[in-house]
Amino acid sequence: MRSASLQIHLAFKLATALLAVAGSVVLLLALTRLIPGDPATVILGSRATPEAVAALNARIGLDRSLVEQAFAFFGRLFSGDLGEDVFNGRPVLNLVLAALPNTAALAISAMVTAVVLGVPLALLSARWPGGKVDRLIAFLSVGFISTPSFVVSVFLLMVFSVTLRWFPVLGAGESGDLADQLWHLVLPTAALAAGWVGYIARLLRSSLLEVLSESHIRTLRAYGVSEAKILMKYALKPAVLPTVAVLGMGFGELLGGAVFAEVIFNRPGLGSLIYDAIRTRNYPVVQGGVFIIVLLYVLTNLIADLSQSLIDPRERARLVSGRGQ
Amino acid sequence: MTLLTIENLNVSYRGSGRSAHILDGVDIEIGHGQSVGLAGESGSGKSTVAFALLGLLADNAEVSAAYAAFDGRTQDFAARETASLRGADIAMIFQDPMTALNPMFTIGTQLVDIQRRRFQKASRKALWARAEAVLADVGVQDAAARMHRYPHEFSGGMRQRVVIAMALLVEPKLLIADEPTTALDATIEAQVVDVLHRLRQRTSASMLVVSHSMGLIAELCDSVVVMYAGTVVESGKVADVLHRPRHPYTRALLACEIDPFAAFDPSQDLATIPGNVPDPSRRPKGCIFAGRCPARHDRCSEKPPQRHAGDGRPYACWLEAA
Repeated sequence: MRSASLQIHLAFKLATALLAVAGSVVLLLALTRLIPGDPATVILGSRATPEAVAALNARIGLDRSLVEQAFAFFGRLFSGDLGEDVFNGRPVLNLVLAALPNTAALAISAMVTAVVLGVPLALLSARWPGGKVDRLIAFLSVGFISTPSFVVSVFLLMVFSVTLRWFPVLGAGESGDLADQLWHLVLPTAALAAGWVGYIARLLRSSLLEVLSESHIRTLRAYGVSEAKILMKYALKPAVLPTVAVLGMGFGELLGGAVFAEVIFNRPGLGSLIYDAIRTRNYPVVQGGVFIIVLLYVLTNLIADLSQSLIDPRERARLVSGRGQ
Repeated sequence: MTLLTIENLNVSYRGSGRSAHILDGVDIEIGHGQSVGLAGESGSGKSTVAFALLGLLADNAEVSAAYAAFDGRTQDFAARETASLRGADIAMIFQDPMTALNPMFTIGTQLVDIQRRRFQKASRKALWARAEAVLADVGVQDAAARMHRYPHEFSGGMRQRVVIAMALLVEPKLLIADEPTTALDATIEAQVVDVLHRLRQRTSASMLVVSHSMGLIAELCDSVVVMYAGTVVESGKVADVLHRPRHPYTRALLACEIDPFAAFDPSQDLATIPGNVPDPSRRPKGCIFAGRCPARHDRCSEKPPQRHAGDGRPYACWLEAA
């Protein structure tokens, strides 16, 4: 009985997640058709014979209806088949799996950087709200949030790679050489994380201030508990919940942002894979790549959702005992 | 010698343009081992007195006192020096047990952390053991296991016991109870009053009970200070004030209490005091209660004198002592 409700909760979450994935695949198939330019013409050239065009369309499924395509897509999915590259026939799954580690490394390092820098900034702001430090952090945060990451990317490249030559310009580093790979990761990470540092600093600051005004904090103050302990222990834990939820969604956005960073820094990854595929109308690769991103997005949201419930003892109790609020 | 003496305590909040005067010349004296009640309706400023003692007022509050001393040392309540008294010399029991505890941490963790200021060198293990013992002491059953539970797993009455245990753990010289039973239902209220009673008998701590309920104050206190709109209207021994109230406001407040031994008459309305407490930013010049007083006359437009009843207890009114 106790664990049954937990299973129901999990099943419900999973079902919602799967529905989101299915919906996005249908949308994806529809959108690829809306991209201007006939894939067959782009791939085969303008002088291709009608027979060749028809054969190609049949191969990538463009001769069938959207619904048929969707069913075919899911059908192949169960055997681990994401389709084939239009040009060289390599399995899309292999292409995606080869690109994924680079993108994941970039997104994860950006997220870790954003948390590692954003959380202390939020704590500093909330310690002396309205003070000099708070105002400076607010100014910087808003600046970082409002500057698009591709602008930051170009700026960082110009200053630190081209002019100062501190960091490598392009690529992801020698495979197998971890230090070189990390070196190549610095600038793209900074470009992706900058906005998120500011965002976390602002978001967490406001939840901290809200929690700090609650009566249980007043209780601790009345007993002379140190302000540092109040802030970093008793206020931070409840205040972090909204931020965790945002991070779940934010990770998906970071994967999207990685597209720009990968293109600008010429890093191999899901972003540049999809970008190149769109340019050449390589539909199966576009669909496979975006599908994996959607999957990751849904997965991180699910993890964020669950970790929220794990942080909050009331939620945890509700999950385990199955009592509604 | 007294434990706490405050003369002419003033608190005001400066807002945009006008400032609100919350406390106007409040005098309070609490003797060693004495229990003092602070009575008055909402908006009388009684909780502000309690918060001022702990330096817990908002940042835009301006606090001043002509003279203030705690345990033989003068204290400047305006300078937030009071922060050093918190959690060691003065402890507070808060009004609403449902919100007074942090929902994200176990009772044990919170009971340990609030002792840190008082026992700076003690080990965590020792503090945990103390907390467990005191929790059992205030009537929480199975205290050892309860220490690992979260606030939401406690009922209202049990939470209030936890809040009382906090106050006991730091062995304060002064215990402030801010409306300790207001948020509780009647059966639990009786239990909590019982716990506070035992506490008074066992410790030598002085107590300041802030409540709108004269009944609770009569039960827990030796003397009472009656406040209205930020001023003290009357003070004295509980029995004297209850049986021979001098100030019209005290009489009105007592009339609002329900007499549990009177015959129940459903047709009779509960007594109320007509009107409201005046806006703190627009205080009348003369007697602060004049607007609602049944015995108002011409002189009430002037500030009433401090008078002393036959037994020496002060009250502020133009009326001759009844």
